[in-house]
Amino acid sequence: MKLIYSRPKSLKKAAFHYCPGCGHSVAHRVVCEVIDEMELQDKTIGIPPPGCSVFAYNYFDVDMAESAHGRGAAVATGIKRACPQIIVFTYQGDGDLAGIGTAETIHAANRGENITTIFINNAVYGMTGGQMAPTTLCGMKTTTTPYGRDHVIEGYPLRMSEMLAPLDGVAYIERVAISSPAGIRRMKKAVAKAFQTQIDNRGFSMVEILSPCPTNWKMTPAQSWKWVGEEMTQVFPLGVYKDVMEPKHAD
Amino acid sequence: MDGNSAIAEAAIRAGLRCYFGYPITPQNELTEYMALHLGRRKGCTFLQAESEVAAINMVYGASLVGARAMTSSSSPGISLKQEGISYLAACELPAVIVNMQRGGPGLGSISAAQSDYFQATRGGGHGDYRTIVLGPCSVQELADMTMRAFDLADKYKIPVMILGDGVLGQMKEPVDFKREAPDVTPTREGALMGARGRASRVVKTFTSNPSELEEINWSLFRRYQLIKKNETTWDTFMTDDARLVVVTYGIAARIAKGAIKNLRAEGLKVGLYRPVTLWPFPDEPLRELSKNVKQFLVFEMNMGQMIEDVQLALAGQGEVSFYGRPGGVIPTPDEVGRVMSRLYYQKGLRS
Repeated sequence: MKLIYSRPKSLKKAAFHYCPGCGHSVAHRVVCEVIDEMELQDKTIGIPPPGCSVFAYNYFDVDMAESAHGRGAAVATGIKRACPQIIVFTYQGDGDLAGIGTAETIHAANRGENITTIFINNAVYGMTGGQMAPTTLCGMKTTTTPYGRDHVIEGYPLRMSEMLAPLDGVAYIERVAISSPAGIRRMKKAVAKAFQTQIDNRGFSMVEILSPCPTNWKMTPAQSWKWVGEEMTQVFPLGVYKDVMEPKHAD
Repeated sequence: MDGNSAIAEAAIRAGLRCYFGYPITPQNELTEYMALHLGRRKGCTFLQAESEVAAINMVYGASLVGARAMTSSSSPGISLKQEGISYLAACELPAVIVNMQRGGPGLGSISAAQSDYFQATRGGGHGDYRTIVLGPCSVQELADMTMRAFDLADKYKIPVMILGDGVLGQMKEPVDFKREAPDVTPTREGALMGARGRASRVVKTFTSNPSELEEINWSLFRRYQLIKKNETTWDTFMTDDARLVVVTYGIAARIAKGAIKNLRAEGLKVGLYRPVTLWPFPDEPLRELSKNVKQFLVFEMNMGQMIEDVQLALAGQGEVSFYGRPGGVIPTPDEVGRVMSRLYYQKGLRS
């Protein structure tokens, strides 16, 4: 009998604490699959953020070091500059990367830091109970936009992939979505490409993952996955935004 | 050599691998010296960060993987670094942070001050933690203490702050560097390097279990007690027969020393007590001194911060007066001498 599916070696044998339908557990697994397939488990340091995925260190069986809120790209910069042979990835949410850590993210990308960012965009602050994030859609209700996000008051959802892609230091950016098996397969390819970009010393790489948060969206898991595919992708179109290895995507 | 450059050179000789800085007066010579000399050394990194916040978090990253790492700034910039310092303390990571203080609060002035004593010695960030704080008073001490700071940081896995000021940073004095720079910068044992040949490791501060965090706090506290026992240092000048002792640190101690020499020539029995580690504060030797000395004058370039540690140490033994100039005003030895002399006569110490 041929073994075609099993727990990745770099995913610890621990039950996820994430809510049913949450995208984190899927994203964790996919990143671990890539780490296994690229044989990076013993040379990788992961940087989880404050937020639901602060507990990522309970699941990833690689060296992990927690970062202060939003500072993942700066911490990764310090690690990579001190030890360039280590593969470094940050795992960041939308509040972390696009809110409190916008400056660190933009400057690390612009310097072409040879690091990989896994950016989970679920349009809310999850762990604190579903407040508005920089990526919350207009009209979307959260605990701090109880009448729906109004762009006149709260501004517009921030599109980080579009914003970062033109920077000269950025080597690879792709936006994918956890909304279907095909989307998850696409995500895995993107994560592998991002790590390869780092291995090849090409510069900053990021995979933005549109990810469901059924609990804070007050939806069933099935509804939330559908909502990612049908609503989020309208505001955050999927695709490769930068790939210096494929010049047709260079702009 | 100017004080800022002396710190930079001493740090390189202490095996510094990564420096992350951000421009702010009056410490720019330090950053610029690093740009010129550290960045071109094999395996070493100089990086001008986009902010003080980023710089201290880069230090955190470099320290995670066992590199000797450092940042420097002046008062307003140090405020921004407090978040990172709290995380370094929580994760038990060594780092060296230089604060060449300037007048505050707010943007303040660019002239030398000692207004950040509270922030430095109480742990300016959130949470129950301490950092070792060293108070140099000459360019030679800046160099020596920089080397000591890296050793202490590694030994106790703790951030160490060098609390200087704008005068110390800018003034030029001869300096003797007691070490040669290593060919290969050291890597601390036990650092994260990827889980090769061992189980994966986690460096974290967050726990949802208060009892677990309480135990971490106790563990930190026990180490702080050990530091207090082993590393507390101070200096005295002409205290043997002194009737009035000035308690002061850093550049203020240099000013006071000049005044004491002048007053001694006039026959006034005045002496100097200078904490060298500001945390841990050398309280026991000060208490010891108070068996023979009853009059103390605390002199600081602020509105009175270290005086609280002096009063705690003396616990009512002896009388404590204060003289301070805040805002970046630098008093002259004559000015401080007049204060000392007036106090000396007022308290009837002449007879």
